Amino acid sequence: MSKRTTLTFALMDAPFESARTTTAMRMIDVATRRGYDVNIFAYEGAVGLSFAHQKRHANAVHGRDADQEDHPLTREWVVALLEQAAQTGGRLDWVNCGLCCDERGALDHVPGVRRGSPADFWRMASSSDNTLVIATR
Amino acid sequence: MRTLNVIGTAYRATLEEQDDPVIWITRAMQGAGGEFDVLLQGNAVNYVTTGQHVPALAFGARRQSHAPALGDDVEALMSKGSTVYVVAEDLDSRGVHMDEVIPGISRIGRDSVPRVFQSYDRVWRW
Repeated sequence: MSKRTTLTFALMDAPFESARTTTAMRMIDVATRRGYDVNIFAYEGAVGLSFAHQKRHANAVHGRDADQEDHPLTREWVVALLEQAAQTGGRLDWVNCGLCCDERGALDHVPGVRRGSPADFWRMASSSDNTLVIATR
Repeated sequence: MRTLNVIGTAYRATLEEQDDPVIWITRAMQGAGGEFDVLLQGNAVNYVTTGQHVPALAFGARRQSHAPALGDDVEALMSKGSTVYVVAEDLDSRGVHMDEVIPGISRIGRDSVPRVFQSYDRVWRW
């Protein structure tokens, strides 16, 4: 039986600021759909991706109320990816940099996300087939 | 597994973080047992200059202690065995001479960067 592919991603951008976030999510989506083992290390502003208190809002410019607007929330994307990984037999280990959470007061996260440190990132990368860093520019 | 961290974006929240976050995470992972070297290019080559000084930051009555000391952080990396490369053309275009650079820095030409990349198991561009 062949070894399952393991990929690690380091993310750094805060949500709602860069298309790199969506690109990263697309890659994680493909990897989890294929049943890969996927590790995420959310560094700096990226710890906001799984922040539990993100809220939808209405958008007067679009002329839509909150329900109609159905504003994307990255915390929901994270949950969906965790669920998808579980369904396809893969594994998604989402680790937030703990110090980065502390300095932002971002202490509440969606279930399934854990707190860690750069040592976790190093261990995940060391046991992966490849690692991609998607940093803030 | 030897990893090269490539830094081109400089001064990314260095005042808020009291360091460069990529130099910091490199030192943290080095402390966890990782083998890391660093390649500085673009504006980040300024991290290896001597005589850097960050004046104290103050907003109203709030005075911030412990300003970033990027040169010291680079030297700390090297003291633990890391090689720090800088791209010569990026130093030259900024008028930085080698006598203004921290001793022990490895100056390489841009055309040597691919060869350096090939000598690592992992290359991470931050």
